[in-house]
Amino acid sequence: MGMTMTQKILAAHAGLASVTAGQLIEAELDMVLANDITAPVAIKEFEKAGATCVRCRDKISLVMDHFTPNKDIKAACQVKLTREFAEKQQIVHFYDVGEMGIEHALLPEKGIVGAGDCIIGADSHTCTYGALGAFSTGVGSTDMAAGMMAQKCWFKVPSAIKFELKGELPPYVTGKDLILHIIGLIGVDGALYRSMEFTGEGVSSLSMDDRFTVCNMAIEAGAKNGIFPVDEKTLAYMEGRFTRPVKIFTADDDAEYEKTYQIDLSALKSTVSFPHLPENTHTEWEELPIQQVVIGSCTNGRISDMRQAAEILKGRKVAKGVRCIVIPATQEVYLQAMKEGLLETFIKSGAIVSTPTCGPCLGGHMGILADHERCVSTTNRNFVGRMGHVTSEIYLASPYTAAASAVLGKLATAKEVMEWK
Amino acid sequence: MEVKGSVHKYGNDVDTDVIIPARYLNTSSEQELASHCMEDIDKDFVNKVKAGDLMVAGDNFGCGSSREHAPIAIKASGISLVIANTFARIFYRNAINIGLPILECPEAVKNISAGDTVSCDLSKGIIVNETTGQRFQAQPFPPFIQAIIDAGGLMKSLANK
Repeated sequence: MGMTMTQKILAAHAGLASVTAGQLIEAELDMVLANDITAPVAIKEFEKAGATCVRCRDKISLVMDHFTPNKDIKAACQVKLTREFAEKQQIVHFYDVGEMGIEHALLPEKGIVGAGDCIIGADSHTCTYGALGAFSTGVGSTDMAAGMMAQKCWFKVPSAIKFELKGELPPYVTGKDLILHIIGLIGVDGALYRSMEFTGEGVSSLSMDDRFTVCNMAIEAGAKNGIFPVDEKTLAYMEGRFTRPVKIFTADDDAEYEKTYQIDLSALKSTVSFPHLPENTHTEWEELPIQQVVIGSCTNGRISDMRQAAEILKGRKVAKGVRCIVIPATQEVYLQAMKEGLLETFIKSGAIVSTPTCGPCLGGHMGILADHERCVSTTNRNFVGRMGHVTSEIYLASPYTAAASAVLGKLATAKEVMEWK
Repeated sequence: MEVKGSVHKYGNDVDTDVIIPARYLNTSSEQELASHCMEDIDKDFVNKVKAGDLMVAGDNFGCGSSREHAPIAIKASGISLVIANTFARIFYRNAINIGLPILECPEAVKNISAGDTVSCDLSKGIIVNETTGQRFQAQPFPPFIQAIIDAGGLMKSLANK
């Protein structure tokens, strides 16, 4: 029986000719990752186990992105502990304030991860790198600690669900709308324990940034990983960034899928996930006044996202009573946005621009919500209390929709802004 | 190993943000995490939980963030076992890795109510609702996972190797 793309990558990293769904394997890891929240717990576990030295100091990434620049004394101490560990172990890919960006935007951008890799990260959105044709999945701190010790991890080989994409996205409809649509279709546990493999002629029309957004939210459907085939766009993205040999894996023609969904990209609309689950998707709504907009995160903080938001905000104003917070995901995105004049557009519109941080996405800092406040956000989760008070509400949307909502002061699509003079 | 206690029951899709809100992730102290466990969906949990109690929930328990602080907070609050219809995959791994016993058993979930006294023989996966007298059989762990649990968690099992 044939293998899926994910199964082929896992087989290669386990030194096996083939694997089947349900099989338990131990795979070599090309990269293990943690951030300032999960690394301290991993370091504690690492030391508790009596380990003194990491196995591969160039295959570990520690990115200080969640509560940085340090939001309070405790957060500062967590970062300090991680910084000292990185120094002691001479971790090659340690990123602190000044160099850091949001991990899942930073690692692909720096070429630290690439096609064919097998990656674990102590962050659930580690599945983002599937966009590059890698197997990449989120784990906890103990798995991360074991990964630092042995550079290996055990996996149960997942079965897969196939999403066959055709056509092209309409104007103002993005990868975010696609993944929200899919989560609405299959539910927050619709892909539990499984791979989500995206295939079909429609893939070629999606930008790399769209693909990162789609894979990023595979976890919101419960998936182990999301993955795209490697094509010219993938190779062009990795050119000049990724320096290790590129390994391209393709699914066998007779690979088995538990289910196949056909998705016509041209039929998709601007999609929003209402509180309090990402599966609660809507394409139409009654008037919903809002108080805050967040544009950024590992889901939508890349340069295309900044351009889309700026396209809507250019020459327009953020509505009175709305706080619009824009967070470029990395220093490179920040600089590029500056060169293109996007930051000026944001500031002139009445938005604010922050240094890269996960910040408000998980209710850390830089935009916490008060009771009963509503926020339209390009982030990935709208759980109860995720961004602040337990009675606050988060509406997950694309950068186009978020920027349009900022302008109109209510949940709105880009089309509505274009029609509104 | 036998566990026995009173049940705290929750619904579907209990996410790790409500198990332990991110605003408390600036620490990795187990007791401090436990003092905020479940507070965004059950403010009273920390006051009523007793050592040995069980947590019972529906589908997709522990979905969302990979924070290991979530099973750590549950374990440190005194919970001896979580029974659910299904667990989100990262939470599942984390619970095993830190030694928080978990079992998937929809039959038990359906027939256990909040406040019931429930006991479980973890090695056999036999769950007994002492309040109603009903017995349920959960799928036991595969041997390689049992080995991790027997060793007291992943790091200890690695150290033994």
